[in-house]
Amino acid sequence: MKEKITGAEALMRSLEAEGVDVLFGYPGGAIMPTYDALYDHRTTLHHILVRHEQGAAHAAQGYARVSGRVGVAIATSGPGAMNTITGIADAMIDSTPLVVICGQVGAAMLGTDAFQEVDVISVTQPISKWAFQIRKAEDVAWAVSRAFYIARSGRPGPVVLDFTKNAQTGMVDYEPARVDYIRSYKPVPVPTDDVIRQAAELINQSQRPLVLVGQGVELGNAREELCRFIEKANMPAGCTMLGLSALPSGHRLNMGMLGMHGNLAPNVMTNRCDLIIAVGMRFDDRVTGNLDTYARQAKVIHFDIDPSEINKNVRADVAVVGDCKQTLVRVTELLAEQKHTEWVDGFKPYRQEEEQKVILPAIQPSEGPLLMGEIVRRVSEATHDSAIMVTDVGQNQLFGCRYFRFSQGRSIVTSGGCGTMGFGLPAAIGATFGAPERTVCLFVGDGGLQMTIQELGTIMEQGAPVKIILLNNNFLGNVRQWQYMFFNKRYSFTPMLNPDYEGICRSYGIPSRTVTERAELDEAIRQMLDTPGPFLLQCGVKEEDNVLPMTPPGANVDEMLMEIK
Amino acid sequence: MDCDKSKAGQCGDCESCGRCEKAHEGETLYTMLIYSENFAGILNQITAVFTRRQVNIESLNVCASSTPGVHKYTITCYCTEEMAKMLTKQIEKKIDVLQAHYFTDADIFILEACLIKVSTPLILDNKDVSRIVRMHGARIVEVNPTYSIIEKKGMTVDILSLFQQLNDLGVVLQFVRSGRIAVTKSTTERLDKYLEERLREKC
Ligand SMILES: Cc1ncc(C[n+]2csc(CCOP(=O)(O)OP(=O)(O)O)c2C)c(N)n1
Repeated sequence: MKEKITGAEALMRSLEAEGVDVLFGYPGGAIMPTYDALYDHRTTLHHILVRHEQGAAHAAQGYARVSGRVGVAIATSGPGAMNTITGIADAMIDSTPLVVICGQVGAAMLGTDAFQEVDVISVTQPISKWAFQIRKAEDVAWAVSRAFYIARSGRPGPVVLDFTKNAQTGMVDYEPARVDYIRSYKPVPVPTDDVIRQAAELINQSQRPLVLVGQGVELGNAREELCRFIEKANMPAGCTMLGLSALPSGHRLNMGMLGMHGNLAPNVMTNRCDLIIAVGMRFDDRVTGNLDTYARQAKVIHFDIDPSEINKNVRADVAVVGDCKQTLVRVTELLAEQKHTEWVDGFKPYRQEEEQKVILPAIQPSEGPLLMGEIVRRVSEATHDSAIMVTDVGQNQLFGCRYFRFSQGRSIVTSGGCGTMGFGLPAAIGATFGAPERTVCLFVGDGGLQMTIQELGTIMEQGAPVKIILLNNNFLGNVRQWQYMFFNKRYSFTPMLNPDYEGICRSYGIPSRTVTERAELDEAIRQMLDTPGPFLLQCGVKEEDNVLPMTPPGANVDEMLMEIK
Repeated sequence: MDCDKSKAGQCGDCESCGRCEKAHEGETLYTMLIYSENFAGILNQITAVFTRRQVNIESLNVCASSTPGVHKYTITCYCTEEMAKMLTKQIEKKIDVLQAHYFTDADIFILEACLIKVSTPLILDNKDVSRIVRMHGARIVEVNPTYSIIEKKGMTVDILSLFQQLNDLGVVLQFVRSGRIAVTKSTTERLDKYLEERLREKC
């Protein structure tokens, strides 16, 4: 069943064969043949024209994170491709499945410094799971299928396809390809029964186990398996930032967020437990603090799909390398039912201490300017804890992660490993396409919003129903906090003069409102949620608020500051 | 004596070239044997892993392996065993890398080679030269009125010792040492086993 078509047309058919329905992109010279082919497929391949290619990559990330499918971004050669770089690096470190397709000069001109030629493969190889240059039309079907297979399998990640112009225009006897095996690539290792038994034994012997839940649980679609695992032996758990919605916030064993601005109890108990059970997390320094004193008293079981994560930062006594959807079940079968009553109860005093000293003042202040924490919690409540929360980076992100509550999986979209400001707005757009039936709330600072503010144009054009909550403190708040704490309050270039955001929204035809009074907050949130389509709610918040508690960089995980003196 | 890295490989007592205890305290010279598919750009990906972890590559050899379509990389570096494990795991993570393993000198048969170009008039003047060449089991493979070429196969120390002794006599015009090549002493062929296993898994 062969048919002669162009490489660009072959790309379209290959994308359709992969089940792609949305792509985020921006055209240009070297990708024009592909855009020409796309024109004929525009009803099946819904193309979202972004306003900057960084937005395409982040939107594809947002789409992928909430849907579990591969996000697709498309750009032209040279500058177009380079503008996607931040998103590729971000997707790599946060394990987000992405296929980024960019145009490239014709193969005959490669290496000649032709117009808009950049060595995209060399630039992207270290920040992608796979980068491949398609130099002839014959390779399209194979390369696209291989790209999707690599992006979504094992530990997901971004794949780059550098598509030379001659390969787009060249003719090929098209035959669909299906890559689901690569000899040199074993995406899902399977641990032996012995390893499973060793893990179960350690858990059964443990008096004080602590489970660390990472995004791997979501990536492996193993939320239920995780619940059964922790419930059977009644083990308390803490979540990493990207793992926050892998376990319902209200689960009785969920002790909160781990790490630098996480909750006191799980951080303190990290250095009291006798067993750490890490599931799909990678012991990032923002989670561990000082590694030399991190959980030295505890044995460690590390569940991960990526063998290179084992012993990278923390030495594992037992490494369960595989797909946690299977491995958790296998270990759970061998677990003895336990209560660990005293141990679980031991978290309470720390939760109460944090509640009194930090949480209540943050979410129920009686006077003074609006606080980020209370806004986040009100929005969470108004959406019955069932919305998708997207954040940008900074205090808005940390308050968002601390005070938003999650009841469903795949509900948090934030730039974790990279901390990419400007991620939020385009990622939220992508999320509305990845989960059209859900409410998408974005918390963003005045700094981060302006990094990709042009995507308001995309929102306008698509009517993308992003609920933008702009937490405006007239500062690059998170950096200001560090200057306050560690640089003698020298506010070097963190105060920022802001534009009239409502005026900007008017220009884009996006409804907006500004709120500064506590009494109006709930009603304003209601209006935002009740207004169909996009809405920007600007909240004038306390200018010099600090995110607490905090483990200062390099400090021990159990030495959280509850206040700043 | 402190390591003078500017004299890499030439200072005699202290060589950053390969055998200096001081420069590599707590580290071992590991030989990594890596197999990959024959795709472009893999060498870049492999060397980038070393760069990121701040490990210097001491020597590197790439060639086709005995298995059609499979390339073999022999890379030596000084590091701790922990680091060697980490490096090989991160290399193996690259999609088109088949296998990456690390070995100590005891686990493998090793070969290195060098070519030394010397001045013919100067060596004719110096009786020590032919003694040194014979003592090291080296061969003279070219003699013409201007220059002669000495070839030696062996281990790094022996090659460097030959070079140093000749260099001390002031007769050397050029010196080049190859990367290390190595085969394992093990009686099983891990790559073959891996490829068989993968083939079974495919079916
Ligand atoms: C692209 C990028 N540039 C710089 C930073 C460093 N940075 C981290 S948080 C932050 C301040 C963010 O300010 P804003 O967006 O207003 O959010 P806030 O912290 O006030 O909520 C900065 C500059 C970053 N994370 N990303």
